[in-house]
Amino acid sequence: MTFIWAFLIAGTFCAIGQIILDNTKLTPGHVTSLFTVLGSLLAFFGVYDKLIALGGGGASTIISNFGYMLYTGALEGFKEFGILGIFSGMLTKSSVAIVSSIVFAAIVALIFKPKD
Amino acid sequence: MNKEEYQKLVKKYEPKENKIENVVYAFLIGGLVGFIAEGLIILLMNFFNLSRLIAASWTCLIIIFASSLFTALGFFDNWMTKAKAGLLLPTTGFAHSVSSSALDYKKEGLITGLGSNFFKLAGSVILYGILSAFILVIVRVIIGG
Repeated sequence: MTFIWAFLIAGTFCAIGQIILDNTKLTPGHVTSLFTVLGSLLAFFGVYDKLIALGGGGASTIISNFGYMLYTGALEGFKEFGILGIFSGMLTKSSVAIVSSIVFAAIVALIFKPKD
Repeated sequence: MNKEEYQKLVKKYEPKENKIENVVYAFLIGGLVGFIAEGLIILLMNFFNLSRLIAASWTCLIIIFASSLFTALGFFDNWMTKAKAGLLLPTTGFAHSVSSSALDYKKEGLITGLGSNFFKLAGSVILYGILSAFILVIVRVIIGG
């Protein structure tokens, strides 16, 4: 059942993104930023937790998950260390995504030549 | 041929962007990415006895690795244009933007090219993600005490 939800949740996010891309003048850069902010907003209202519980991999591959991880990381940091925790905890959960995209992008850029 | 006829002719041969088709494509491909991610999570959980959280992190790593590699091999750009938002909104889009700007600006030097243009596209995601999360946590702390 999680498979079906994963498909539906990820698909719905992408379909909404496509509708925004086609009907407004926003660029892909705008839309990805918008969905990241949307992710932290949904986390704020407690909706994203439910999406993750429902559709696991579907909800956690969408870029909105980045906003969700930033929000929950910062909130958990606050609960543990107070104000400082907001700063120290913010990136803890999203570290995998940021560090891996930096490392892999740097490696492939050094090895491969750009195709045109 | 007068101007009006010409405009009609242009309109006739203009490639029509089928919006409904685009949305269906985005839905199916985005859904497929979510489906594969969920499959990887379940696979890793069962094969290596990992918790769901750890398996999800590994899945994120694998997807980012795959999209960086596919970008470097050159065929991911074609996929991106066909799938549109279907590959843009999953983590694949983020990894693609980082690795494609890294590849494109490498020729301008390691510091002034690669280094300073690395986050050209992904920078706004990180900036506005952190900014919005920061503000919302402050609001949450004030409301929730």
